[in-house]
Amino acid sequence: MPKKKPAKHSGDDDIAAPVSSQTGSSIDTLWWWLTHKGTATSFLCISLFALLIRSAVSMYPYSGAGTPPKFGDFEAQRHWMEITTNLPVSDWYRNGTSNDLTYWGLDYPPLTAYQSYIHGVLLRIFSPESVALLSSRGHESYLGKLLMRWTVLSSDVLIFFPAALFFVLVYHRNRTRSSKSEVAWHIAIILLNPCLILIDHGHFQYNCISLGLTLGAIAAVLCGSEVLTCVLFSLALSHKQMSAYFAPAFFSHLLGKCLRRRNPVLAVVKLGIAVIATFVIVWWPYLHSLDDFLMVLSRLAPFERGIYEDYVANFWCTTSILIKWKKLFSTQSLKSISLAATILASLPSMVQQVLSPSNEGFLYGLLNSSMAFYLFSFQVHEKSILMPFLSATLLALKLPDHFSLLTYYALFSTFPLLCRDKLLIPYLTLSFLFTIIYHSPGNHHSVQKTKASFFSFKNLPGYIFLLRAHFFISIVLHVLYLTIQPPQKYPFLLEALIMILCFSYFVMFAFYTNYTQWTLSSHFRSSGKEKKHI
Amino acid sequence: MGFVNQRSLMLSVYIGAEMDHREENKDRRLLLWFFAVATAVKLLLIPSYRSTDFEVHRNWLAITHSLPLTRWYFDETSQWTLDYPPFFAYFERFLSVFARVVDPRIVNLQSGIDYGAESVVYFQRISVIVSDLCLLYGVYRLTRKLEPMKRNLICALVIWSPGLLIVDHIHFQYNGFLLGWLLLSISFLQEGRDLLGGFLFAVILCFKHLFAVAAPVYFVYLLRHYCWSGFVTGFRRLVTIGAVVVAVFVAAYGPFIYHGQIQQVISRMFPFGRGLCHAYWAPNFWVFYIILDKGLAFSLRKLGFDIRIPSASFTGGLVGNSSPFAVLPQITPLTTFALVLLAISPCLVKAWKKPHPGLVARWIAYAYTCGFLFGWHVHEKASLHFTIPLAIVAVQSVEDAKHYFLVSIVSCYSLFPLLYEPQEYPIKVLLLLLHSMVMWLGFTAQYAEKKARKKESGEIKSKFKIGYFEKSYLMGLFIVEMVSQFLHPHFLGDKYPFIPLMLISTYCTVGIMYSWIWQLRRILT
Repeated sequence: MPKKKPAKHSGDDDIAAPVSSQTGSSIDTLWWWLTHKGTATSFLCISLFALLIRSAVSMYPYSGAGTPPKFGDFEAQRHWMEITTNLPVSDWYRNGTSNDLTYWGLDYPPLTAYQSYIHGVLLRIFSPESVALLSSRGHESYLGKLLMRWTVLSSDVLIFFPAALFFVLVYHRNRTRSSKSEVAWHIAIILLNPCLILIDHGHFQYNCISLGLTLGAIAAVLCGSEVLTCVLFSLALSHKQMSAYFAPAFFSHLLGKCLRRRNPVLAVVKLGIAVIATFVIVWWPYLHSLDDFLMVLSRLAPFERGIYEDYVANFWCTTSILIKWKKLFSTQSLKSISLAATILASLPSMVQQVLSPSNEGFLYGLLNSSMAFYLFSFQVHEKSILMPFLSATLLALKLPDHFSLLTYYALFSTFPLLCRDKLLIPYLTLSFLFTIIYHSPGNHHSVQKTKASFFSFKNLPGYIFLLRAHFFISIVLHVLYLTIQPPQKYPFLLEALIMILCFSYFVMFAFYTNYTQWTLSSHFRSSGKEKKHI
Repeated sequence: MGFVNQRSLMLSVYIGAEMDHREENKDRRLLLWFFAVATAVKLLLIPSYRSTDFEVHRNWLAITHSLPLTRWYFDETSQWTLDYPPFFAYFERFLSVFARVVDPRIVNLQSGIDYGAESVVYFQRISVIVSDLCLLYGVYRLTRKLEPMKRNLICALVIWSPGLLIVDHIHFQYNGFLLGWLLLSISFLQEGRDLLGGFLFAVILCFKHLFAVAAPVYFVYLLRHYCWSGFVTGFRRLVTIGAVVVAVFVAAYGPFIYHGQIQQVISRMFPFGRGLCHAYWAPNFWVFYIILDKGLAFSLRKLGFDIRIPSASFTGGLVGNSSPFAVLPQITPLTTFALVLLAISPCLVKAWKKPHPGLVARWIAYAYTCGFLFGWHVHEKASLHFTIPLAIVAVQSVEDAKHYFLVSIVSCYSLFPLLYEPQEYPIKVLLLLLHSMVMWLGFTAQYAEKKARKKESGEIKSKFKIGYFEKSYLMGLFIVEMVSQFLHPHFLGDKYPFIPLMLISTYCTVGIMYSWIWQLRRILT
């Protein structure tokens, strides 16, 4: 547990202090020869390995490879490069003769557009035909693919990796007892995030940028510089609106901290200015007229696409098997219902942070709010599991038994998507790699086992059995999905089953983490029970 | 009182044994962990570039599966004829059984040619990955008696060897499998079980004859260490080991001798017509020789001598019978053979004088270095034959570690031209960087001063330091890479495409030559 910077809340004492220090030293003799140079060197070493894995995964096909006429996310990103490098800024989001918005129109905020522009310019130097206006639609070539892949790799190196280093340095600076190998293990878990690698370097997206900016913002919170937090998180929001999954946690934590200042209003105003200034700078080209601004905004919120798409393991999609949401309600009312549900689900963790902001509580808050968004918000995509999962990797040392299962189900929820992209081998390999790294000799995760054992789901009757049955069914589903054709009447039967399975695990997990967040500080331990009714 | 003492003693012994057992268990797990991580990387490398060697091995699957044994070494349906010794052919025959189950087209002689479907790619790639279990066992056996630090280091150096990953899992070959046998053989020799060691080496020879370079070392060592013990025992042992070796060779070549094809097999295995150097010059002594010849020819021509430009050129690849040298005498296979023997001889003398099991790995590595430097038609891949055994030597002293640090980087770098496509560029660079980093961390830790190990933080003093010369040489590698990858294409474009390759092999030759001289000095002193 990190030694918190504002030393006011010392309620969270360690129960397992002697155990962890003992095992810590014996682990270190096993790994000392690789980790003795300290965090930065370990980080360099592990990031080289993580890069190796990323560049190996990038040799596999991307989404929509060789499937005209719409292709996939790869073509979308390439098309944005084509649009941004060839059209003036004001036309990027506007429907026009050379910018057909129905064909992969830009639907991310301006920072994504700028990033596409920079990458597009780079692509134009080496392979001009891959970003030529109109004629490059559906462009697929060896060099084109390679350059596109390298832009993701370089974004990872330039944004996600430094952010991860920043986070690890800050996080473990506060933890006096974390041994060097524990730090190395944590770095590996963050950098070898299998979902992120598969989606970014396999499926093809630039989540590493928005997640990297978010991670930087999180690290800034931990090191106490709130203005930097606001700037970085605003940038993340301006890169992908999905970063808003984390917004409640940032908002509540910063608010909670500001309220404890001598002059709360001033503190809030200061942060508000930082946020607004960042947004104004990033959105500047679209702030000249209200029309422009609304045009961009309408592109960002594709409400017409319905409350859910495909088979995503969230509340709306799973319950739609029983309740036909789309038929019962209009899109307009569904919007409000989902908004209310999301807020309600993220409320407990927000309240906890406003009442007693702490670093660890903040990390749990990130996990809880992003999970609430994933489960309840409007138009969630399978890939959005990246958001809750990223915050879980930050807490990997704290979630003894749950983290590996979460990884498993998070990966599993993207399984149909990745299978469609022909990424089965990377999927299996990265799951395997994650397992061996998670269980690397030395048992880092078991160090924390005694923690929080005063209450554990394990004590609930049948819980273990339930988990095992769950796991067994998921293995069977993997095999079935790969081997059999679903019945004609229910072509998406297996997808639906996978979705139900993952959803039920995510719900259990969300209960657990919400509970843990509330029991972090003993003052509010009694309130934990209230939350369970929500 | 005595009873209590005895009990506590027994208890402590018991606890000690338990601890030892647990320690060993943990280390075995670490070895498996290394291997598992490596396997994950190998699996991810499946769709990477594959050289013609992939088709070569596929064709061998087809030959051994669809033709009777008598036709194996005669078949010329594809240009990639079978040119490895019989055990390797048997190995391919064994694999082809599974290949047929996976996809019958793989083992079809005609329709299988240049077959590139997923089935064949996955099958062949996975066959290499599985056969690497042999390497795992070799390393395990070799290192199980060592102290944990050394064991971990050797495992990391061998199992995560970037050279092996590049050659086996991208370029495509079965070196991990074969080197596993070699390590196994060395481990038996080190334990003093000479007969088994000799037997295993004979087996490797029948898998890949290029391993024969170390045969003189084995011969001298076994003769001295195993057979040289009194007249009767010695003679008995000589007969035993002779019988074992003959038995292995009969098992391999017997069928071909029976069918009277041995001549054909030998001529396939030793295609001397291929010329002194491979298309891409392996960084060995002959690079200097060629460059000296070119330089002499150039300067003599300037001085007014009439020097004919040889019709055969080295940059063109395959070289026929005509001498490719303008000034210097032609090199024949016999010359190279004599040179290799001459280079190995100091080590043979040493092995005869003082046949110490602990030095076997060093001698074998030295022999392969000599073979690499002076051999006929050497492939750059052959550098694996000495970098892998040298890893075992590297943990023995600081000097060895420093030497290994340099030579393994150079030999890995010299493999870079094998993967010329841009897609694999980041992979090969990252593999090399990661390897250097692990080596540096590992050696620094191994030779750290005792006190430093206890310390929690702060600068750790270590005896392992990379010298000034080594550092500048390695920096030079970086410059060479920059020139050949970026400056040359930028300024010269497609002109003189051989210059980058020449630059790399010349520069690497310096490092390998240094390593050879260093090893020689180490063996002599």
